[in-house]
Amino acid sequence: MSNLVISVHGLSKFFGKRCVVNQFALQVERGQIYGFLGPNGSGKTTTIRMLCGLLTPDAGEGQCLGYNILTQSEEIKRQVGYMTQKFTLYEDLTIRENLDFVARIYGMSKRRQRVTDSLQQLGLMERAHQLAGALSGGWKQRLALAACLLHEPQLLLLDEPTAGVDPKARRDFWGQIHQLSVQGITTLVSTHYMDEAERCHRLAYIAYGNLLVDGTVSEVINHSNLIVWSVKGDKLWQLQQQLTPLPGIEQVVPFGNVLHINGHQAELLQHSLAPWQADNRYEWQRSQPTLEDVFISLMQQSQDNSI
Amino acid sequence: MIKFSIWRWWAIVTKEFIQMRRDRMSFAMMVGVPLMQLVLFGFAINSDPKRLPTIVLAADPSVFSRTLIQALTNSGYFQIVKVVHHETEIEHWLALGQAQFALTIPIDFSRQLVRGERPALLLEADATDPAATSNALGTLNVLIPTVFDRDLVGPLQHLRSKPAAVELRVHRRYNPDGISQYNIVPGLMGVVLTMTMVMITALAITRERERGTMENLLATPARPLEVMIGKIMPYILIGYVQVTLILIVAHFFFKVPMLGSLGLLYGIALIFIAANLAIGITFSTIAKNQLQAMQMAFFFFLPSILLSGFMFPFRGMPAWAQQIGEVLPLTHFSRLVRGILLKGNGWEESLPELWPIVIFMVIVIILGMLRYRETLD
Ligand SMILES: Nc1ncnc2c1ncn2[C@@H]1O[C@H](COP(=O)(O)OP(=O)(O)OP(=O)(O)O)[C@@H](O)[C@H]1O
Ligand SMILES: [Mg+2]
Repeated sequence: MSNLVISVHGLSKFFGKRCVVNQFALQVERGQIYGFLGPNGSGKTTTIRMLCGLLTPDAGEGQCLGYNILTQSEEIKRQVGYMTQKFTLYEDLTIRENLDFVARIYGMSKRRQRVTDSLQQLGLMERAHQLAGALSGGWKQRLALAACLLHEPQLLLLDEPTAGVDPKARRDFWGQIHQLSVQGITTLVSTHYMDEAERCHRLAYIAYGNLLVDGTVSEVINHSNLIVWSVKGDKLWQLQQQLTPLPGIEQVVPFGNVLHINGHQAELLQHSLAPWQADNRYEWQRSQPTLEDVFISLMQQSQDNSI
Repeated sequence: MIKFSIWRWWAIVTKEFIQMRRDRMSFAMMVGVPLMQLVLFGFAINSDPKRLPTIVLAADPSVFSRTLIQALTNSGYFQIVKVVHHETEIEHWLALGQAQFALTIPIDFSRQLVRGERPALLLEADATDPAATSNALGTLNVLIPTVFDRDLVGPLQHLRSKPAAVELRVHRRYNPDGISQYNIVPGLMGVVLTMTMVMITALAITRERERGTMENLLATPARPLEVMIGKIMPYILIGYVQVTLILIVAHFFFKVPMLGSLGLLYGIALIFIAANLAIGITFSTIAKNQLQAMQMAFFFFLPSILLSGFMFPFRGMPAWAQQIGEVLPLTHFSRLVRGILLKGNGWEESLPELWPIVIFMVIVIILGMLRYRETLD
C-alpha cells in the first residue's frame, strides 16, 4: 500500500449554485500532522465532511486509507476518528454513557476497561456521571476528542478541536497528537490558531473554496515573498493611521509597542516608507514574516465570495 | 445486501433507553395520555343521546297504536320522523342510517291484545353505535309493560296484570353486542397507541438532526436499519405499558369482558405497535424539523381516528372513506381487539385482519430505509 493516507484531487462541492469547495487536491502521508487553515466559511468543514463520506462530492475522486471516498465510505468510517466542529455528542447522556455508546457502536472489546482508561486520561473520572450537556465548552471539546480517539482510528479528522480550550489543555492535546503521529496515526486538523499551525508538519490554506498554499511552515513563509518591516517609537497609533492608506502597504499591525508593516511590492513599499524611515523618532528593522502575516495577506488577496 | 450488526444495534437501543429515562416529561405524557383519553372517551363522550330518529310501520291503526306512538315520543328518546307502509322501507331507512329505530306494529295487534294473546311488537335498532341506542332501549323495556294501562279499562282491566299485555322483540341490527364501552374501550387501545407511538418516534431522528448529533452518528459505521430498529425498540416497551394500562382499566372500571387469549392480544399488539413506530420513524426521515414531524404525525392521526370506525360507525361511512379506512392499521387493529376481547376470536379468525397491518408496516419500513440519508446532503 502506498504511504498516502489521504489522496484526493478535483474535489468540488456546490451548495445550490455556489461553489463552496473548488477543485481541491490534497496528499497526506502516513503519520503526518496536516494543518488545515482558512478564513471562516472557506470550506474546511465541507472538505473534511467529504473526506469521511458525510457529504458526496459533486466532482473529483480520491482515496482515504486506501478506500475510495465515493464508494467505500463504510470502511472509511470504521477507521476514521472525526471530531465535529460543533459539539455533537449527546447532551442528555452522561460523560461515561457517551463514551460507552461510541465504544459499543464500534464494537470494541474490553469496552468498560477502555472507557475507564479514557476517562482517566481525560481526568474526568470523578465527573463521569455528570451529563455531557453540563460540561463547560472547553471540556466538551476535550470529551469529544477523547470520544473520537476511543476506537483507535488510523486517521484523525479534527475540525477545530481546540476552539475554546485552555493553553495547558491545548499543549497536552498537541503532545498527544505528536505521540500518535510517531505511532503512524495521521491527523488532518483545522484550526484558526497560528501557534498550532506552526506545530503541524505541513499546512494547507484554503480560501473561499480554493486551495491557495500547500507546504511546510517555512515553505509557506518563504514562498509568500512578503516584505516585513517592524518599527519602534512613540505614538505608533498615529504612525499606523498615516501609513495605512499609502500605496504598496498592505498591512499595518501593532504588536505591543512594535508596528509591523508589510507588502509584496518592494519598490512601492520602499517609496512609501522612505520619509518615515528618515525620521529619527522611529527605529526601523527588516524582519521575517510570520504565518499570520502570510495568511492575512493571502486572505486579502483572495476574493470573498462566501456571502 | 443488508448488513446488520447486533452490537451496534444494541448500542442504539441502550442509548435510547437512557435518553427516554432522562426525558421525564415525555415519559409522563406516555402514561398520562392513555389515562386521559380513557376518561374522556370512556365517560365524557359517552353521552345519552335523545330524540333519535324513529320510523313506524303501523299495519294496524288503532287506539293502541296511537297510545304507543305517543308514549314513545313522550319518553324523549324517540322522535317519529316518518310513518311507513312497507317493510322494505324500513330496510332502506336503517341501511342509510337515517333512522336509528324502526317499530313494527303487526296487522292484528289490537285484536290479539284484546284477546289477551300477547301480540309481539318488533323494534329494530341500528346498533352500530350502541351508545346511541342502549338508553332508549332501556326506557322501552320499562315503558312497554304499562303503556296500555290507561286504555285497558273496564272488561279489559284484567289484561294489565303480569306478564305484560304485549311482548317486545328487539333486533339489534349490525351489532348484536350493543354495549358501548365494550366497543369504545378496546378501540381506544389502538387510538392511544397510534397517537403516542407515531408522535414520539416521528421526533426521534429529526431531534438528532436538529441537535447536530446526527453528524456524529452518521460518521460512525452504524447502518440505517440498526438505527431505525434500535430507536423503535424502547418504545415497543412503552407501547406494552399502555396496552396493559388500558386492559386493566377496561377490566376493572368498565368491566369489559375478555373472552379471548391475552397472549394473542399482546402478540398482535406487538405488530401494531411496530407498524406505528415504523410510520413515525419514516416521518422523521422526511421531516426537516421537529415541528414538521409533529404535523405529519397529526396528519396521519386524524384519518386514523376518523376513518377507522372509532369515531363513526365504519359501515355508515361512504365507500371512499371506507377504502381509506381499510388501509389504516388502526381499522384492523380495532377489529382485532374487539374480536379477541368480546367475541373470543382466536388466531385463525384474527389472521385476515392481521396481514394488512403487516403489509402496511413492511412498505413503510422500506420507504423509511430509502429515505434515511446516510450523508448530510
Ligand atoms: N448545508 C449547507 N447548505 C448550504 N450552504 C452550506 C452548508 N454547509 C456549509 N455551507 C456554506 O459553505 C461554505 C463553507 O462552509 P464551511 O463550514 O465548510 O466553512 P469552514 O471553513 O469550516 O468555516 P469555519 O472556519 O467558520 O468553520 C460557507 O459559506 C457555508 O455558508
Ligand atoms: Mg468549519
